Amino acid sequence: MSSPAWAPRKRRNTELAMLIVAIALAVGARISVELAVNETVPASVYTFAVLFSAVALAAHFAVRFLLPYADPILLPLVVTLNGIGITMIHRIDLARQAKNATAGSLATSQMTWTVVGITGFIIVMAVVRDHRILQKYTYTFGFIAIALLLMPLLPVVGQEIRGARLWIHIGPFSFQPGEAAKISLAIFFAGYLVVKRDALALAGKRFAGIDWPRGRDLGPIVMAWLLSLGILVFQRDLGSSLLFFGLFVVVLYVATERPGWIFVGTGLFVVGAWFGYLNFSHVQRRVSAWLDPWANPDQNFQIINALYGMAHGGVLGRGWGEGRPTLTPFSFSDFILTSIGEELGLTGLMAVIMIYVLIVERGIRIALTCRDAFGKLLAIGLTASMAFQVFVVTGGVTHLIPLTGLTTPFLAHGGSSIVMNWAIIALLLIISHQTRRPAPEVLDFSADEETQVVKLK
Amino acid sequence: MNKPIRALAITFGLLFLSLLLGINHLQVVQATDLNARPDNRRVIDEEFSRERGSILVAGEPIAESVPVDTQWAFQRRYPQGKLYADITGYYSYIYGREGIEQTYNSVLSGNDDRLFVNRLVDLVSNKKPQGGSVELTINPQAQAAAAASLADLGNKRMGAVVAIEPATGSILAMASQPTYDPNELASHDLKSVQAAWARLNADASKPMLNRSTRSALPPGSTFKLITAATAIEDMGLGRKSMVKAGRELTFPGIDYTLTNSGGGSCGGNRITFEKSLAVSCNVSYGWLGLEVGQEKLADKATAFGFESKPLTDLGSYASHFTAKDKELEDPQLAQSAIGQFEVRATPIQMAMVAAGIANDGIVMKPQLVRTLRAPNTQIIEQIVPQELAEAMTPADADELTAMMVTTVDSGTGRPAKIRGVKVAGKTGTAQSAPDRPAYAWFVSFAPANDPQVAVAVLVESTKDTGDIAGGRLGGPIARAVMEAALR
Repeated sequence: MSSPAWAPRKRRNTELAMLIVAIALAVGARISVELAVNETVPASVYTFAVLFSAVALAAHFAVRFLLPYADPILLPLVVTLNGIGITMIHRIDLARQAKNATAGSLATSQMTWTVVGITGFIIVMAVVRDHRILQKYTYTFGFIAIALLLMPLLPVVGQEIRGARLWIHIGPFSFQPGEAAKISLAIFFAGYLVVKRDALALAGKRFAGIDWPRGRDLGPIVMAWLLSLGILVFQRDLGSSLLFFGLFVVVLYVATERPGWIFVGTGLFVVGAWFGYLNFSHVQRRVSAWLDPWANPDQNFQIINALYGMAHGGVLGRGWGEGRPTLTPFSFSDFILTSIGEELGLTGLMAVIMIYVLIVERGIRIALTCRDAFGKLLAIGLTASMAFQVFVVTGGVTHLIPLTGLTTPFLAHGGSSIVMNWAIIALLLIISHQTRRPAPEVLDFSADEETQVVKLK
Repeated sequence: MNKPIRALAITFGLLFLSLLLGINHLQVVQATDLNARPDNRRVIDEEFSRERGSILVAGEPIAESVPVDTQWAFQRRYPQGKLYADITGYYSYIYGREGIEQTYNSVLSGNDDRLFVNRLVDLVSNKKPQGGSVELTINPQAQAAAAASLADLGNKRMGAVVAIEPATGSILAMASQPTYDPNELASHDLKSVQAAWARLNADASKPMLNRSTRSALPPGSTFKLITAATAIEDMGLGRKSMVKAGRELTFPGIDYTLTNSGGGSCGGNRITFEKSLAVSCNVSYGWLGLEVGQEKLADKATAFGFESKPLTDLGSYASHFTAKDKELEDPQLAQSAIGQFEVRATPIQMAMVAAGIANDGIVMKPQLVRTLRAPNTQIIEQIVPQELAEAMTPADADELTAMMVTTVDSGTGRPAKIRGVKVAGKTGTAQSAPDRPAYAWFVSFAPANDPQVAVAVLVESTKDTGDIAGGRLGGPIARAVMEAALR
């Protein structure tokens, strides 16, 4: 066997060029905000520009040296979202501080968390290097996931915020362990199903043109279902419950190639959703707010104002700093997309959604091209969780589907979300680096053509 | 494992496509409805912060936006406050709009389609959008006279005055008492606005009610003009024709008699048609009503504008001859013919009756607005006079005018006489219920040979008033307004 003639291009300079555009976009947006609100450009813009460029470039150079063959598009996409997010949060800060001069700066904390997130991103890339080593810790991650999910329920550290118990509080830090649990679960599901997939792929009865799984194989999916219901019941977190179950079903379906699992999963979801609707007033409130927000304008004040904001933005938007996003409660976190819809209009919001589409598209491409089953399942799991999350939160705040509390990746204010989403990108880049890098060199012993030597590292 | 991944790719594609379609629907299709919702603070604040156009009377603003240093950049001001309150209405952050502020909001706020080019220019030149102005037909002297003479009655007395230019339908004066100061409701001090609103609404005399257009009361003897107009046309009567009079009108087989006000005989059992109007003889007009019949009377009333809302510039009530589709019995018909029973008319409607007679029988649509202008003072619409109906022939109108002149010269309308000007008029005193005090009415126009102004005056009773006679209370007010308009 001859050494491969084709070597994939690294495209690191392309990444750098796109990254500079992403940084320019964030800095330009920041200047627009300052000009619109204060009519001057304060020195804080330079601080932001320098700091944001520094961390973004640090991320780039880390990829360049650690994972030279990694996907070149993901990083600029994520930096764009992160930059738009910080700028929008800063813009909302200005409005909050105009009302109350002592209000703290959420943008500063978001910037700090971005620095932490990118540091974590670099650490994950440096430590993991090859995603296959994660497979060794399949059950460790499974255990970590369970532990993380249980933490908010513990006394003292667990904390209930706005009716949902999904925070832990240690000293001055609060943390949403669900975000970290998501990654741990994706690793666990991938590692577990890569082993069990042959058994779970065995077909049972064929009915209505679908191969249904055997009854005795239903154990794992029922476990995942009960776990999700547990999150709904004990943490009252509709979004995470949906997300974790969806994640499991997707990975199971990809691992077994049996559409029957999708139908089983959908059926269990419908039963769970019905159970939730009948038993929990917070689920019923979300549904009634979706069916007719104006039936109870005081209770549904938030979604109504979000819709008004988007309508007021129209096609082109009010412009950075020219709208009134703060009329909507939590315009900087849960409803940051409607703030973008108001100020950047339909055009800007569609652009943001397209960035997510591209991230998901890159993730799927990584899953398709990955050569090992574990990597495929991990890549599709991480990508699917991102796609679900974006769909559920965007559909929720734009009144397409009932509202469920999930964070908007890279945009919404929140430390855990930023850090963990950067870690997801690090994992995707690791898988893509392992996939795209040239096949290991093989010594050419023409005499030994019968014997193939495969060197993995 | 690539097949399921491809299937997922398509699924995610569809999910994101539905998001894109959803926001397109929301921000393009639904946006108009959402922006029009009354609790949408973004739109309310934006409009409230805009430089709203002025409402002008004879070139002077009676409502204007002045720059201020509050959350909303402009304060709506009504320099003469109470004088024009019933016309301008108010522009309040909490309570919305009323009057011209409401009817012509699209022009005043600058949202009107005809101002699209202006908005585009403002957008391109980065200027704040500005509203257009509305110029009224009001004659400031007549308006001041109307308000002042109502005020002379004392502030306990409720009433309304409307003056119309007969040939065009232009409203020259429109005043209502008691009234309110719209500045109190337009204030940016929302606490004081709420207090003022509560106080005005708790007031039993309803200061925010525009009595000229929204107070439909029995018109009493002023309605005899419509009965007379019907009789002239239908029975071919002239002013010298003889009509039935006397002490009472009886109805065979019914225990009811219609008598004259004060119990007199109107000067005989048969008097001239002219005299019957001059002395406001109930017996004569009850009888005429029976002679012409319900249908013809109702038709004539409709021709003068009853049963519709002719004034579109302000919120108004329709006047009615009977309750809907009611078949009147003879005593009821006789009472209706003298403006009692279920006849209800607004002051503006009675002014239209006078104006119609004055304008050779042609009733013009009443208009409050003369010109709509863009912010750059360019005219966007010049309101043209509009004919509503030909209620009488010119000859019949002349005949009735002559009778009304006699009424002022030597009849019940003497208090409205103006030196050197021929005035045509008719008094009215009406009761809505036997145990309630009466309403005084007076309608007139002048000069009788070349009418420039037609007036209707309503003075409502209050509990502490014993007697009201249309001529005594309404006549001087009508005279003052006519004099001011003719000056």
